[in-house]
Amino acid sequence: MAYSLLVFLLALAGGFSIMSIEMLGGRIMAPFFGSSIYVWGSIITVFMVALSIGYLLGGQLSLKNPSLRKFGALFLFCGVAVLPMIWVDQPLMNWVFMAVEDVRYGSLIAATGLFFLPTVAMGIISPYAVRLLVHSTHRSGSVAGKLYFVSTAGSAAGVLMTSFYFVLWFEMDTILLLLAGVLGACGVIALIGASIIGEQAAPPEAR
Amino acid sequence: MKRTLTLLICAALLAGPAQAARIIYQKPSLYQNVTVTDDGSRICMQFASRGRFYSQQSCQFKDDPDRLVFEYARLAFAGLMINPEPSRVLVVGLGGGSIPRTFRELFPEAKIDTVEIDPAVVEVAERYFDFEDDENLDIIVKDARVFVKQAGIMKRKYDYIVLDAFNGDYIPEHLMTKEWLEEVKAVLADGGVLIANTFSISDLYDNESATYESAFGWIRNVKLDTGNRLILTGNFEPVSKEDMLARAERLDSERFEPYGFTLRWIAENVHDEADWDRSARVLTDQYAPANLLQGRKSGD
Repeated sequence: MAYSLLVFLLALAGGFSIMSIEMLGGRIMAPFFGSSIYVWGSIITVFMVALSIGYLLGGQLSLKNPSLRKFGALFLFCGVAVLPMIWVDQPLMNWVFMAVEDVRYGSLIAATGLFFLPTVAMGIISPYAVRLLVHSTHRSGSVAGKLYFVSTAGSAAGVLMTSFYFVLWFEMDTILLLLAGVLGACGVIALIGASIIGEQAAPPEAR
Repeated sequence: MKRTLTLLICAALLAGPAQAARIIYQKPSLYQNVTVTDDGSRICMQFASRGRFYSQQSCQFKDDPDRLVFEYARLAFAGLMINPEPSRVLVVGLGGGSIPRTFRELFPEAKIDTVEIDPAVVEVAERYFDFEDDENLDIIVKDARVFVKQAGIMKRKYDYIVLDAFNGDYIPEHLMTKEWLEEVKAVLADGGVLIANTFSISDLYDNESATYESAFGWIRNVKLDTGNRLILTGNFEPVSKEDMLARAERLDSERFEPYGFTLRWIAENVHDEADWDRSARVLTDQYAPANLLQGRKSGD
């Protein structure tokens, strides 16, 4: 029980972080690429491509000795992968701005540089979480449904909180740092949880 | 049934703008709905309809197209008391094009760049407001932040800049930060003048004023009782109302009359005192919730 609650909570935090970062994406890029529609086009494209690759990768990774410990490590990696948005964004966007004259492709390249890796990593979360919770094929659909529910509800909250409140309460870098902290904390909690509750992922089904 | 409908239509017409304006053209664009109306004496461009309430963007008198309809547009020429013969002008935000066109007519030798993000606005300005680009009047369809950053890299300089990019309902937040104004300052020549149209009546008034003051060191209000407020600043020593009145005396000319302003009238509306909360938070690229602040009134 505590085990599945923990995995659901982690999926919630993952969904929240992804969309909070996507909302901030427009704000991060506007000083260099403006707020024209193609900037949003670039950001959404990069997030969609990265998530699709993340899903595929997550599914593959779940085949190989899945564990809560590895899940925790993934969250730690996600937390670290957010940090370049705080510290490397200005030089990166400046370089792209100087190198690429067409701001459409400039914004696409910059969005790829800033968001691709962390979003791929966060895309791994959902399919991997399904594997951690599924114990029988009979219940697999129900588990996947609950996970999508939790992580997408988290995404909705991430969008709303960021666009309505966080930008009014905090500076952008503060929000990003908080998100990195939340993801990192999720990783630590998962690692601690793994040593207290133990691993409960079902063994691979016998052929 | 038919009668009720007729009554309803009549009621709707009566509830509309004071002078029943006829919609003569509508063009939805990526950014807004551009609507052109004709109220008999004026052609107007309007954005973002909220029910039947429109925000007037730009109007033109049908029988006197030179005359600037809106007082804020006339006040935008306050900078002529600082720089009486501008040679490189930048106007951010086109609307019906009345401000760039006035510059073009008053200063035929000047090079004027006008930046507008929405191609639909350019199309409507050309079709209904006799706006035409030519060798000295360039229209650039681009996000102003990108344009100014590129101009800065190319070391281009302007001696008169007008910022008029807000459409009343929505503020492009990246065009109301200290960093943006510093980029604008960098393309402003020594002695160059900046005029910014602002319209805030909410809490944002304080933040916006503090942001301009922090980027330029000082600002002057050119302000009417009607709520129109323009900010006057630039790369020159601060001027007082007294200075402006003296300059108006010296520089006023009959050639401004067709456009509906005198420099003296503008100078009379300059205010030396700061009427904003100077401790208000400066907006930056990191903290720019302009639209959220705009929705707030003091005490909220």
